[in-house]
Amino acid sequence: MPERVATLSPIRLSVNGREYQLELDHRTTLLDALRENLDLTGSKKGCDHGQCGACTVMLDGRRANACLIFAVAAQTHDITTIEGVGAAGNLHPLQQAFIDHDGLQCGYCTPGQICSAVAMLAEVEAGWPSAVTPDVAAGPVDLDESETRERMSGNLCRCGAYVNIVAAIQDVVG
Amino acid sequence: MTILSPTSIDEAVAALADPAIQVLAGGTDFMVEVNAGHRRPDKVLSLRHIPELRTWEQLPARDDPAHVRLGATVTYTDMLQPDLAQLLPALAHAARTVGSPQIRNAGTIGGNLATASPAGDTLPVLAALEAVVEVASPLGVRDIPVATFITGPKRTALSPGELIVAVRLPLLDGHQEFRKIGVRNAMVIAVASLALAVDTRTRTVRCALGSVGPGPIRATEAEEWLAGTIDWDRPAATTEAPDLAYFGRLVAGAAQPIDDHRGTAAYRRHAIGVLAERAAAQAFGAGSAA
Repeated sequence: MPERVATLSPIRLSVNGREYQLELDHRTTLLDALRENLDLTGSKKGCDHGQCGACTVMLDGRRANACLIFAVAAQTHDITTIEGVGAAGNLHPLQQAFIDHDGLQCGYCTPGQICSAVAMLAEVEAGWPSAVTPDVAAGPVDLDESETRERMSGNLCRCGAYVNIVAAIQDVVG
Repeated sequence: MTILSPTSIDEAVAALADPAIQVLAGGTDFMVEVNAGHRRPDKVLSLRHIPELRTWEQLPARDDPAHVRLGATVTYTDMLQPDLAQLLPALAHAARTVGSPQIRNAGTIGGNLATASPAGDTLPVLAALEAVVEVASPLGVRDIPVATFITGPKRTALSPGELIVAVRLPLLDGHQEFRKIGVRNAMVIAVASLALAVDTRTRTVRCALGSVGPGPIRATEAEEWLAGTIDWDRPAATTEAPDLAYFGRLVAGAAQPIDDHRGTAAYRRHAIGVLAERAAAQAFGAGSAA
């Protein structure tokens, strides 16, 4: 078997409005770069397969599983992690709503849930249909409970806090 | 491992001259295999930074019928944009059932084709619409009809050094839809799926099946029977409804399902017939629009 050589390259990542210069092995995923190199440990590694959503971040405002993209390939995007969504004393309305409604138990999935919800509200605003929207070309979406559940289906919560997560999101929608 | 990120199709095609290089589009299959240790590439060609692959356009009416051309890295989410969903509703129906929102933001039409999974959600739609795959190589661009592009489970007609650059789909004017069965909506692989498209211009019905064979299957006998049964000159609501259960049985007869951990062959054959009957009822049943 040929020797496996790590290719290191200088890369630049734009995370939460800040530019970071790094030297990374090309094999490094964005999730590992965030957690191991930038110490932004809010994004969690649940499955590393794109199934659980615990690593959800936003790339140019769109939700993405950070485990499914190489950090090198993420250089052109504006990356937002949970650390960029809000902070203690300056919580995002969704963060406050998750607290108010107990939208969590262990909290491991929560950063991903909140990043996902922030981007999801923007998708609804843009009129994007989901699998439960009756007409794919109908335009404005009423974010009721079933739409909320379907649109948050990329984020698993093994504690089963779904009822309160939906309530928290609905509270923010008003 | 080295990643190349070209910014043009020409650069990407040139890079593919290296037989060791592996193409990475949305990463929803590729990265899972990398993270699980099942795929250990030495060289990766990322298509993420090629803007011309990410665009779609409606081709001028010199083509009859008009077509939409989707670049290879158009994502499932892109297919849900209301202006595109309006043109290709069955594709939008399929796109919104793929994975999760995060997966739909990443996964691409070209990736679905190149992966050629028997359960690929857009593949029955592409087969029903008789889409054409545009493939580039140093020799130029060639067209491959979807029917011959998929040659088996996870096998395609792509030659070494070729890159999928676009897919062309005709715009039909009748009812069209996609249906699939899985244990829930999100994050499941289809147990059976079906695309139905009616072309009132040519008075044809197209029906393609997914997850019930090595690749998408056209149910041609069922298509011809249904097209020959309905009265094209009068609105469906005013005519006697065709025997849609019989259509379902013909479709079930066209399936080539296997037993696996997601379902038995017998279940799949039954389920695909039910999907066919329901889709045809939407298109031609009492009170339908077509």
